[in-house]
Amino acid sequence: MIRIGVFICHCGHNIASAVDVEKVVEFAKTLPGVVHAGHNLYSCSQEGLSSIKKSIEENELNRVVVAACTPRTHEPLFRRACEQAGINKYLFEFVNIREHCSWIHSKEPEAATEKAKKLVAMGVAKAALLEPQEEGESKVIPRAVVIGAGISGLAATASLLGQGIETHLIEKSDRMGGLLKDVAIIGPEGTDSKSLIEAFMSDIRTSPKAHVHLNSRIKELKGFIGNFEVTIGNEAEDLKVEAGAIIVATGACELRPEGEYGLCEHPQVITQLELEKMLSKSELTAKNFVIINCAGSRQPGREYCSRICCNASLKNSLRILDLDPDASVTILHRDVMSCGTAAEALYMNASDKGVRFVRYSLEQPPQVRAEGDGLFVEVFDETLDEKIDLDADMVVLATPLVSPDDSVETSKLLKVPRDKYGFFLEAHVKLRPVEFATDGVFVCGSARWPVSARECIWQGQAAAAKASIPISEGKVRIEAITAEVNPDKCVACGNCVLACPYDAIEITDRDGIRAAEVNEAQCKGCGTCVAACHNDAIQQKGFSSRQLGAMIDALVRATTEGTQ
Amino acid sequence: MNEFNPNILAFCCNWCSYAGADLAGVNRLQMPPNVNVVRVMCSASVKPEYIFKAVSQGIDGVLVLGCHIGDCHYLTGNHRTAKRIPLAARLLGKVGIDPRRVRLDWVSAAEGEKFQQVVTEFVEDVKKLGPNPMKEVRF
Ligand code: FES
Repeated sequence: MIRIGVFICHCGHNIASAVDVEKVVEFAKTLPGVVHAGHNLYSCSQEGLSSIKKSIEENELNRVVVAACTPRTHEPLFRRACEQAGINKYLFEFVNIREHCSWIHSKEPEAATEKAKKLVAMGVAKAALLEPQEEGESKVIPRAVVIGAGISGLAATASLLGQGIETHLIEKSDRMGGLLKDVAIIGPEGTDSKSLIEAFMSDIRTSPKAHVHLNSRIKELKGFIGNFEVTIGNEAEDLKVEAGAIIVATGACELRPEGEYGLCEHPQVITQLELEKMLSKSELTAKNFVIINCAGSRQPGREYCSRICCNASLKNSLRILDLDPDASVTILHRDVMSCGTAAEALYMNASDKGVRFVRYSLEQPPQVRAEGDGLFVEVFDETLDEKIDLDADMVVLATPLVSPDDSVETSKLLKVPRDKYGFFLEAHVKLRPVEFATDGVFVCGSARWPVSARECIWQGQAAAAKASIPISEGKVRIEAITAEVNPDKCVACGNCVLACPYDAIEITDRDGIRAAEVNEAQCKGCGTCVAACHNDAIQQKGFSSRQLGAMIDALVRATTEGTQ
Repeated sequence: MNEFNPNILAFCCNWCSYAGADLAGVNRLQMPPNVNVVRVMCSASVKPEYIFKAVSQGIDGVLVLGCHIGDCHYLTGNHRTAKRIPLAARLLGKVGIDPRRVRLDWVSAAEGEKFQQVVTEFVEDVKKLGPNPMKEVRF
C-alpha cells in the first residue's frame, strides 16, 4: 500500500507570505495515497527534519513529498532524512513552491496558492509511482587537475599537494603567477606579492606530486566526478590525464577600453596594471597623476563593480607619494568603495597625505584631451557643482577585471555555466560557493567574480578542500537515474543505441532474444534514449514515462476538478 | 465571462533551464502564474508523447526548455530536442491543434530574465490562441 506523507514548508515568510500554506495542506490531504499532510516553519531546520522523520515512523509512510525550495540545493538533505527514517531515498519527491511559485508570484497570493496546490498534486502523483533504487559506487582517481596558475590556482594546488594529493597544474602562459606577476605590492596591508607567489610556487616546485604544464590548455574533458579524463595540450603534444576532481582557476583580465579616455592615442594614458608595472620598477615617469576610477565599469552593459580597483587606486597613489613626495595625485571617482577596516584606513591615509578626491557622475564622465606636450582632464566635480580642468602628465585608468575571451571555450569544454558578464556561475551563491552544479568540478578566484588576492587564496583553498573530499573518500555514489530496458517490449530497433551520447547502449543477444542493454557504469542518466524509443521499452529511473504521465494527469485533474 | 487563464506545462532540464527558473525566483522576477514546471534531467528526455498526452487532455500549452546548443550537460542531447520538439509541434498542426501551443527555447542557468521573458510571452501567446479545443472533445 502506498502511504504518502506531504510536508509543506513556510520557509519563514518566503513561501508563507504568498502561499496559504494551511490551504495547501488541506488540499494535499485529499490527494490519492496521502495519509498525512503537515507543515513546518522551516522544513530544513533540525526541528523540521526530525518532525518529518518522526512522522515517517508514526504514520508508516513509504513515500515522502516535501514542498519547499529547490531540489538543486536541498534534495540531498531531505533524502538523507528519509534514509535515516528507514525509507529508500529514491522514494522522496521534491516540489518547488518557493523559486517557482511564491517568489515569482509574490503579489498574487491567491494565484500562488492555487499554483502551489497544482504543483503539490503533480509531486504526489509522481511520488506514488516512485520505486526504491540501489546506488552504484564508483572509485575516485586520487588525482586533481587545476586550470590556471594565478594566485587562486597556486593556492589551490599548494593546498591539494599539502594533503598529499597528486595535482596537475595547467597554465596557458609561460609563467606561473597570473596577474600578480606585474604587481609589486598588494592589498591595504602592503604584502609583497613576489614573496607571496614564491611561497606557493616553492611548495609546488618541491613536491614530487606536482606536475606543472606551462603553455598548455585543456583540449578535451570526458567523464564525471571521480573519473575525468582530461586532455592537456601544448604546441608539441597532447597528454591524457585521469583525475578525480577539477578546479577552474582561470582568473580574469584587465579591460583595455581602447580609444576611450585617450587610451592608445596618448602614450601617457595607461591602465592601472601598467602603472603597477611602473611602480614595481620603482621609477616614476610623471609628476601629475590623475587616476580615473570606474573607467569602463558600473555603466550600461557592464554594471558590476570590479571591487579591487578602488583599493588599488588608493594603494598606488600612496605608493606614488612614497616614491616622490612632490608628486600630485588626483583620484576621480564615483564613490570610493574601500570596504573593510584596513582599506578604510588606506583611504584616510591617502586623504591625509594630500591625495585629491573628485567625484564625477556617470552622466558626465571625465574627458581626456592632449594639448601641446601635456594632457588635460576635464571633469564635472559633483561636489563643487562645476567643471574643473586638471592638468596631468599621466592619466591612469582604473578599469575593471573582465572575463577572458577564452572562458567561453572553457565553459563549453567543461560544461559549466557563465553569467551574463562571462564570469563562471557557482552552483549556489551561499550554499555551494566554490562548486559548480556539475559534481567534481570546482571554481575559485576571479574566474567567478573580481576578487582581491586575499580572497583568491581563501577561495583557492576552499575549492581544494572541497575537491579533496571525494578524493580522500576514494569513492563516490552514482545517482540511480540510469536508463533500463524492458526486454519484453524491446524490438531491438537500435534507435536508442544511436541516440545515446555516451555509447552506453548496445543490442545484445540474451538466450536468443535480441534486445537493447544499458551499460550502467557508462550511462549518465540523461534520458535521451527514452525519448528515442518508439515502444516505451526503455525507461529512466526516477523519470519514467508513467511517473511523468501521472504528473500530467494530476495537473489536468487539479485544473478541471478544481483545487478547493 | 472570466478571463481565459491558460494552464501550461513546462519541461525544464535540470542543468540549465531549471537553474535559470530558480534564478528568476531568487531575483524575485514576477511572471504570470500559469506555468507549472516539471524537472527532467535533459530536454532530450522529453518524449513527444508527453506533449501529445498533455495537449490531448486539454493542457493549453507546453514549454520545453533546455540548455543552449553546445551547452547541454549531456554533450549533444539537446541537438535531438531541437529536432524532436518542432516535429511534435508540426504533427499537432496536422491534427488541427495550433502548433504555437508548443514552444521550444533555450534558457541557461544564468538567464533568469530570459526565463521570465519566455514564460510571460508564452502565456500571452497562448491567451491569444484561446482555450485548447481538445477540452471540448469527449471521447
Ligand atoms: S541538459 Fe539541458 S538540454 Fe541537455
